Amino acid sequence: MANKNESSQQPRDESRRQFLKYSGTAIGGVVVGGVIGGLIGANANTDKKDEAAQPDTGKPAKPADRDYNQALMFFNQDQFMTAEAASERIYPKDDSGPGAKELGVAFFIDHQMASAYGMNAREYMSPPFYKSEATQGYQLSFKRRELVALGLDSLNVYSMDKYQKGFPDLAPEEQDKVLGDFEQDAVNIKGVPASTFFAYFLNLTIEGVYADPLYGGNKNMDGWRMRNYPGNQMSFTEQIDKDDFVKMEPLSLSDHLEIG
Amino acid sequence: MATKLPKVPIVIVGMGWVGGIIASELTKAGHSVVGLERGKSRSTQDYFHVHDELRYASRYELMQDLSKETVTFRNTSKLRALPMRSYGSFLLGDGLGGAGVHWNGQYYRFLPYDFEIRSKTIERYGAKKIPEGMAIRDWGIKYDELEPYFVKYEQMAGIGGEPTTQANVGAMSKAFPVGPMKKTPAMKLFEDSAKKLGYHPYVIPSANLTEVYKNPDGIERAPCQYCGYCERFGCEYGAKADPVVTVLPVAQKSGKLDLRTHANVTEVLHDGKKATGVRYVNTPTGEEYIQPADIVILSGYLFSNVRLLLLSKLGKPYDPNTDTGAVGRNYAYQVNGASTNVVFEDREFNMAMGAGALGSSLDDFNGDNFDHSDLKFLHGANIRFTQTGLRPIQYQPAPMGTPKWGAEFKKQTLHYANRTLTVAAQGSSMPWRHHYLDLDPEYKDALGLPLIRLTFDFEDQDRELVKYIAGKTKEIADGMGGTKTEIHDSIKQYNIVPYQSTHNTGGAIMGSDPKTSVVNNYLQMWDAENVFVCGASAFAHNSGFNPTATVGALAYRTAEGIAKYLAKPGSLV
Repeated sequence: MANKNESSQQPRDESRRQFLKYSGTAIGGVVVGGVIGGLIGANANTDKKDEAAQPDTGKPAKPADRDYNQALMFFNQDQFMTAEAASERIYPKDDSGPGAKELGVAFFIDHQMASAYGMNAREYMSPPFYKSEATQGYQLSFKRRELVALGLDSLNVYSMDKYQKGFPDLAPEEQDKVLGDFEQDAVNIKGVPASTFFAYFLNLTIEGVYADPLYGGNKNMDGWRMRNYPGNQMSFTEQIDKDDFVKMEPLSLSDHLEIG
Repeated sequence: MATKLPKVPIVIVGMGWVGGIIASELTKAGHSVVGLERGKSRSTQDYFHVHDELRYASRYELMQDLSKETVTFRNTSKLRALPMRSYGSFLLGDGLGGAGVHWNGQYYRFLPYDFEIRSKTIERYGAKKIPEGMAIRDWGIKYDELEPYFVKYEQMAGIGGEPTTQANVGAMSKAFPVGPMKKTPAMKLFEDSAKKLGYHPYVIPSANLTEVYKNPDGIERAPCQYCGYCERFGCEYGAKADPVVTVLPVAQKSGKLDLRTHANVTEVLHDGKKATGVRYVNTPTGEEYIQPADIVILSGYLFSNVRLLLLSKLGKPYDPNTDTGAVGRNYAYQVNGASTNVVFEDREFNMAMGAGALGSSLDDFNGDNFDHSDLKFLHGANIRFTQTGLRPIQYQPAPMGTPKWGAEFKKQTLHYANRTLTVAAQGSSMPWRHHYLDLDPEYKDALGLPLIRLTFDFEDQDRELVKYIAGKTKEIADGMGGTKTEIHDSIKQYNIVPYQSTHNTGGAIMGSDPKTSVVNNYLQMWDAENVFVCGASAFAHNSGFNPTATVGALAYRTAEGIAKYLAKPGSLV
C-alpha cells in the first residue's frame, strides 16, 4: 500500500485510535447546543454496546467519545427530522437490527446534500432544458439538494393537509401512506415532482444504510452486519472456494488505516 | 493562438488499453511516441481506500466528469436527443488507463463466426435471413488472421483460463499462460447443471491474475485476492491487468514515450489526404498546442474516436437517410436482460467474495453455435454465472413482487442477500441502419464543441433473443438445486437510465469496403493512410462477449501495421 511506510514510521496516537474505535457510538444524552441540540439527543443510540463505551450517560460526554460528525451541514431542523422519520419507514428497525434512524441515515443524507453530489457537480447541467422521454433520464436544472429539501418540506405540507400533523408526528401507517402517495405521484402538490423526489430519497436511504460508516450512516457497520456483508476485507483467497458460508466481523475503511 | 510544437513521428490520442499496447510495442521497437491523455495520471497507490462502494460504484470516482463532456441520446431520429446528464446505462472511463482501469477483467476472444457474420449467415440460412435494415457485415479479417494477436494480449496480461480450447469457440494456438480462477460452490452448481443438460461450461478466462506471473516484457504481478471490488474500481494489488500495470510501464521504461496528461485533443489536423498532427488543450492552463506528427493514432473510447473524426471533418459522415458515408455507422451495444434467479432457502453463499472475472459460462447458445432456422433472431449470448462480489448498495436481491421499501423490503432483501444466484446472458447486439452516431446540433462540451449524439433502440431481434436465451438460463437454473427460480425474459425500449453495460461498439468500423467502413483490417483509415482509428469503434457489430480481448488483439495487429507503415508508407492492404 502506498502509505504503508509512511504510517509505520509514525507513532501510534492512542487517543485518536480510541476515537476511531468509538466514534459514532457514544452520544447518548449529549447536548450539542443550538437549535439542534435536543434533536441530536433524540437520536441517541440505544445500542447496548454504546453504554459500555460510555457508562456515565448523565454527564456530558468526554470529547473523545463524541461523534462530532453528527451535526447538520445542509438541512434545517424540520427537514432533518422529516428525513429521519421517512428513512426509518423505508428501512425500519426490526428483529434483525436497527433501522435507518439508528444507523444515522438522516445524517448521511444531510452530508451528501452538502457535498458535490448534492450539487450535481460532476453532472451535465448545461442548458437548454427540454421535456424528456422517460428513456432519456432527468432533464431539469433543479439540483439534487434542492429537490430533496423541497420534497421533505412537501412531505410536511401534505401531512398537515391530510392529517393536520407534521410528517414526523404521524403514526407509522400514516407515514407509509404519505410516502406511498409520493411514490405514486398521487399527492398533487403544485410544482413538486413527488415521485422523482421519492426515488432519490429511497436511493439515498439505501446508500446511508450500506455505505462505509465514513459517510455518517451504517453506524457501527450494523447495516452490513444485518446482511452478513464483511465490508472492507483485504482478501478472501482462503475462503472463496469453501462450501460453507463464512461469517466475518466486518471491517471499515477506518480499520484499513490501521491495517495499512 | 496555438503553440506549434516540433514534429514527432507518432502521436497517440488516448492512453487506455489500445494506446498503451501500441505505445509499448512501438517504443520497444525503438520508435519515439507522444501519448496524449486528457485525464490525470494514475497508479495503484491511488487505490489505498478503494473498497468504497459509495465513492467508486455509486459516485463514479473513476469516470469521466460529465459536467465537462457527455453524450446526447434519443431512441429514434424523430426525437430530440437530450444529454446524458448523470450516469446510467454505461460508464465512460477517464484518465491514464481509461476504461481499462475499471473493468471486470472477463476475457473472451470473439468467435470465428463474428468476423464473417454476414457471409456465414447467408451460407447457412440464405440472404433472406437477414432482416431489412440490419447492417451486419464481415469485418474484413478472419479469426485465424487475428489469432496470433489474441495470444500476444494473453501473454502480456497474464490471462488465466482452462488449459485447452473450449467447445464452441475458436481454436487457441497457445494455452493461456496461467491456470483458471478458483471454482466456488455456486460455480460448481452452475457447471454441473449445464453439463447434465449436455452443454459445455468452462471457467471464464480472467485478467484477474490467478498466480504470480512474469510476462514476456518482464512485468511481474501478484495474484488476485478475490476481494470483490473490480468493476468500477481500480485494483490495489495490480492483480487485475490494466494498462497502468502492464503495457504503460514498458513504454515508459523505454525512454521513448513522451506521456502528456491533461491533454485534451480537439482536432485531427489534415490536408484532405493525410493528417498533419493534432490540436490539443492543456486543460490546467487552457493553453492550446499543435502537435505535428507523421502518424496519428486515435485510441479513445468509441464516442471520443468518432467525435474527433467528425469534429475534424475527417472521413465521410454517415447519412442514415441515404445509407452513404461511413463515420458513425453500425453503433451497437450489448443485449442483456435474459436471466434467471435461483434462490436457496436452506443455504447461504459467500456472495460478498469474488472477483470481476470469477465465474463460469458457456457458448452453446452464442454466435451461430445453434440452429437459427426457426428463430426470429441472429447470433446469441454467452450464458454465465458470475461471482463478482455483490456489494450491498447496488445489490438488493428479493423475490419478484417484493415492495421497494419498508418492513417487507428489509426482511426479504436481508434474507436473500446471500441466497440468490443469477444465471444471466450477455447478448450480442446487431447493427441497424438507423442506429448511429453523429454530432449533436445543440449541446456542447465545456470547450464549446458539439457533443456526440447517439441514436439507438432495442429491436425485435433483441426482444426475441432475450426471450429465447432466457429460457435457456431457466433450464440451467432449474437444475442447480435451489428452492425456486424466477425468470426475466423481456426487454422493452432502450433506456439510458439503468446501468446495463459499458460495451458500446462501432461508429468507425473496419471492413474491406472503403464506402461502408472507416478503417481497413489494420485499423488504418481509408481516407487518410497515416491515421489509425482503434478500439471497439472498429467493431462492425458486438458479440455476446466482453469486448476487451478483441480490442486488445486488434491493437497488437495495428501496432505491427504501424511498424510496417513506418518502413513503407501507403495502404497496408
